[in-house]
Amino acid sequence: MSFEFWATLIKMVVWLAVLLNVTPIMVWVERRGSALIQDRPGPNRVGPLGLFQALADALKFIFKEDVIPTQVDRSLYLLAPLLALIPALTTYVVIPFGPQVMLHGHSVDLVVTTADTGVLLLLALASLGVYSLVMAGYSANNKYSLLGAVRASSQMISYELALTLSVVAVLMPVHSFRLDRVVEYQHQGAWLGFLPHWNVFPQIIGFVVFLVAAFAETNRLPFDLPEAESELVAGYHVEYSSMKFALFFMGEYMSMAGLSALLVTLFLGGWSFPGIAFTGVWWWVAIKGLAILVAKMAVILGLFVWVRWTFPRFRFDQLLRLGWKLLLPLAILNLVLVAAMTLGGWL
Amino acid sequence: MELAIFLIFAVLAVLSAVVVIAHRNPVFSVLSLVVTLFSLAVLFVLAGSPLLAALQVLVYTGAILVLFLFVIMLLNVGREAASPGHVVQKWVAIAGSVLLAAAVVLLYVSTHIAAHAVPLSKQFVDLVPLARELFTTDLLPFEIVGLLLLAAVVAATVLARRPSPEEESEESR
Repeated sequence: MSFEFWATLIKMVVWLAVLLNVTPIMVWVERRGSALIQDRPGPNRVGPLGLFQALADALKFIFKEDVIPTQVDRSLYLLAPLLALIPALTTYVVIPFGPQVMLHGHSVDLVVTTADTGVLLLLALASLGVYSLVMAGYSANNKYSLLGAVRASSQMISYELALTLSVVAVLMPVHSFRLDRVVEYQHQGAWLGFLPHWNVFPQIIGFVVFLVAAFAETNRLPFDLPEAESELVAGYHVEYSSMKFALFFMGEYMSMAGLSALLVTLFLGGWSFPGIAFTGVWWWVAIKGLAILVAKMAVILGLFVWVRWTFPRFRFDQLLRLGWKLLLPLAILNLVLVAAMTLGGWL
Repeated sequence: MELAIFLIFAVLAVLSAVVVIAHRNPVFSVLSLVVTLFSLAVLFVLAGSPLLAALQVLVYTGAILVLFLFVIMLLNVGREAASPGHVVQKWVAIAGSVLLAAAVVLLYVSTHIAAHAVPLSKQFVDLVPLARELFTTDLLPFEIVGLLLLAAVVAATVLARRPSPEEESEESR
């Protein structure tokens, strides 16, 4: 096997290790965070600070009885939870976690693939996520599931446009679709001499649009209409139990992690940080890059939790109106502004 | 390796395309169409155009088919009953398929497409040259298509929009 093969395999393993650990850690953060916000202790019995609660939750999921209701459409019902993981587990391939390093005379990019179509590939794979929700909702033969699935699909179509347009604006000053170029662009120089050269500063509108659309794309509060407990019991996954339910759960947290990684890479400098040099031995560079990227992702994921336990849920018509009448025009405005600034040579 | 991938996805594309027209449940038809288009995207990658593959998945499976599925679920279209169909319709369909197949074979035999096949130039495979082509040489048709699509969207919105009660009373006056 060639050097490139092993290098790619190791990079994928690194990313998978990060993503698979997101779910248990986020479960703990979510439960303790919600307790903190609601002024109660939260799960604090299993292990120090309740840290092993996620382990206990996982064990519980595994040993729960796996019920398949009789009225379901079996093939789709069984396929849906598996599909929930595929977009979550594939989108990381284009997100860089470090600069190019030299290793035994080979130059290695610290990103799984440097395909020219980088962002396009990511958006294409992420857009497949809606199918698992739709299949789950339809196959369950249950009106609550179906309503959840219908809501999920219309919500995702509506917000995908604004999300994509805010991504396009980031790519314009960089002149590339490759996310490693996007990070390099943000790594050098500074805005006004002291601000980091991150896209969030000139493109604050795009950043806000992306952030709001990311909440809607991952079905998180305040946009969790597809699984609104008070109206739809649990929405599209109401008929799922045991590990099948857990897969939806993991899928949601992993796509949150994926979108956070994309947000950080596009707007917040990715693996770079002002004042930290990326020179020296390759593994130290890789560890530094990954640590900075994960730390920034953790901030965004923390924001997801904070928002979930602070804001009430939108009504469905409010949700669609926000998407089409506010976010989409804002995204277009941002696109025009960035295009003008790029042509003017300010970016 | 490449041949194996090609065979797997080529067979998958054809089989799921058959399911699209053969299945009586429209939701299954749409989902099979998703498999067909995704398999085609894989074939595009094998043919050396990852850009086309990404666009295919992004536009067709990611947007258009989600919309199809959304409409089918919203209208709650059930399982289509097995209709006997008209006898004439059946014979016309069979004749049409045979003619179409004959035309394809004839075209293949008469022009030796396989012998004359030229690989696509860089210009249509890579992102940057394709974009440059679209925004310089073909700018006018590109913009016209955009305008046409916009007009279609506006027209569809006008047709689909139910007039509000005040407007309705105004119209009746």
